[in-house]
Amino acid sequence: MLKILKKILTTGVVTERFSMRSHVARGNEDELEQLGIEIKRHIDKQFSGSIAVRQVDAGSCNGCELEIHALNNPFYDIERFGVHFVASPRHADVLLVTGPVSRHMQTALLRTYEATPNPKWVVAAGDCAACGGEFGESYASCGAVSNVIPVDAVIPGCPPTPLALMKGLLGLMGVKK
Amino acid sequence: MSVSKWAADFLSQLSTDITVAEIDIPSITLWQIESHAWQRFAELALQQNLRWAAGWAEQVQNRFLINACFEKQGEYFLLRTIIDDSSPELTSQATVYPAANRSERHTQDMFGIKFVGHPDNRRWTRHQAWTENSYPLRKDFPVQGTPVGITAPDMHYPFIKSHGAGVYEIPVGPVHAGIIEPGHFRFQAVGELILNLEERLGYVHKGIEKIAEGRTPESLAKLAGRVSGDTTVGHCWAACMAMEQAAGLEIPPRAALIRGILAERERIANHMGDIGAICNDVAFVFAQMQFTRLRELWLRTNAMVFGHRLLMDRIVPGGVACDLSEASCALIKKEIAELRTELADVILALDLNTSLEDRLYTAGFLSEQTAAAFGTVGYVGRASGQDFDVRRDAPYAPYDRVTVKVALENQGDIASRVWVRYKEIRTALRLIEEFIDQLVAGELRSEWQMPAAGSEGLGIVEGWRGEIISHIRFDADNKIVRFYPRDPSQLNWPALEKLVLNNIVPDFPVCNKSLSGSYSGNDL
Ligand code: SF4
Repeated sequence: MLKILKKILTTGVVTERFSMRSHVARGNEDELEQLGIEIKRHIDKQFSGSIAVRQVDAGSCNGCELEIHALNNPFYDIERFGVHFVASPRHADVLLVTGPVSRHMQTALLRTYEATPNPKWVVAAGDCAACGGEFGESYASCGAVSNVIPVDAVIPGCPPTPLALMKGLLGLMGVKK
Repeated sequence: MSVSKWAADFLSQLSTDITVAEIDIPSITLWQIESHAWQRFAELALQQNLRWAAGWAEQVQNRFLINACFEKQGEYFLLRTIIDDSSPELTSQATVYPAANRSERHTQDMFGIKFVGHPDNRRWTRHQAWTENSYPLRKDFPVQGTPVGITAPDMHYPFIKSHGAGVYEIPVGPVHAGIIEPGHFRFQAVGELILNLEERLGYVHKGIEKIAEGRTPESLAKLAGRVSGDTTVGHCWAACMAMEQAAGLEIPPRAALIRGILAERERIANHMGDIGAICNDVAFVFAQMQFTRLRELWLRTNAMVFGHRLLMDRIVPGGVACDLSEASCALIKKEIAELRTELADVILALDLNTSLEDRLYTAGFLSEQTAAAFGTVGYVGRASGQDFDVRRDAPYAPYDRVTVKVALENQGDIASRVWVRYKEIRTALRLIEEFIDQLVAGELRSEWQMPAAGSEGLGIVEGWRGEIISHIRFDADNKIVRFYPRDPSQLNWPALEKLVLNNIVPDFPVCNKSLSGSYSGNDL
């Protein structure tokens, strides 16, 4: 047992050191840090310290989800800037919507939107959410998220990188002065 | 094409019962039979232990082509029958092969073809976006459809019910609690125990097959790379392979090796992400943090070397759209060496952890029999004794020049699926090294040749989830007339309904993650 704990503890310590080092080595620490501080400043001012984000996949290919997931990895750790993901739209300030809206998800998205208390903001993340992307509009797809619910900010990219997602969230704060 | 011994024997045995026309098309063995023998063929095929791998239809003028793909000992063949659109009916193969069940329901919804005797002919892909008597993949159905107002929710799908003292129902989804794709799960439970689970998918149906029609090869490759975003390399490769077959095109050896490297990188990225997520689902956050960290480093290398974190659009018809410099090769090798050390540490911590042992061993058990019956593929199959891997058993370039060691377990629980995936990471790391060592100078892309109208191809590759089958047919003018991608999830999803039985409801997320099906790849 002691051996196990020791192993976990030592490996755990390695994480911190490694992640910091690789950060610097790969050179976007400054940008990330700055972005984060910007975001935090806005959140402090407008949302009393934190915003709750509910992610809704309205028909994506799952590529966007992978990058949204990455926001929570130890490199970006977006929670430290006051952005956290919640399990219910009823707890959310922001809906982060991905994918073209499939017709089969249209009502579900509308209901999720209705379940989100006011004031609320919608961010359309990814090219599909922005304009329909590779899937466009068809018998099965409503295309852009803005065809279904009002959108406040758009984050392009296929999929948007974690950094682009952070910039996009910051953009939203800028809009909602 | 020449056939192997078992196939020759099987053919001669069939001949007493069924007339089989062997049709020669490049790179595929095609057997054409009369429509009335469709089910009978399946019965005989099952007796010979053939695996049912995929099924789909096509419309050619006023006839329907019904296709099924079978495999045995790494040899694939395509079975086809032709029916008239005046009576679109056919006996069901799902009565014989449970694996064909949802596929036939998909064909029923999309083409209006009735499978007589089907054990469960409820709608599957169709919710409320189109009406019962219209069929999106028929040629007279406009790609825009005829949507009126907001698409209604699919309220009256006839779920299986159960009754009795203390039995209750839990509906989950389509919008889930996490950052995850949408789908609906209907549980019947007693106390914490799951009595029954029914999956209701189709929420992310985006009309991929329909919007593929009329595309150029380039544009189809982009679409294929978005069938399931986590498998962009796998699907893009399978689709390009099918198109290249149709065009009679060989890709340059350097391109094949780079495709191999891309595919193995995708495998490793997903396996690392999922192993972390599985541990997280049983509240072992340490592993989640470690694996997401390693995954992030891996994706950053992807961005640096190949120009895209998830490797989208790197594979193109005829070859690849990226190259590897000497410096990049050295970088990748160094990264692999580092990752090996890191993984060894983390895995040791996992292996010695009693809480993981408690939660992952024996949970989510899938027996070898059930896995075989559903034609389960990839790591889900291999953790339940299904010893099959396209890379080893039906090798395509560049896997034909290396030895692929296939991890196999037969415990069938979540822990087995984790171990298989860990071993697959190790194999993939070695494969990348071997491909780099074998890299030859040369072209990255062969010049595209326009395929003849009507020519077709069947691309089969081992994606990170397992076997991917992609069928493509060309029309005149270099245009795609049919694209059908069969994601491994289509075969693996039904296994989830079985492996959760007698587990507790709170263990559903970890059971689900251990299978890690694609919703988008399933719903198309
Ligand atoms: S933007 Fe790209 S990654 Fe995101 S859902 Fe669309 S196709 Fe997938």
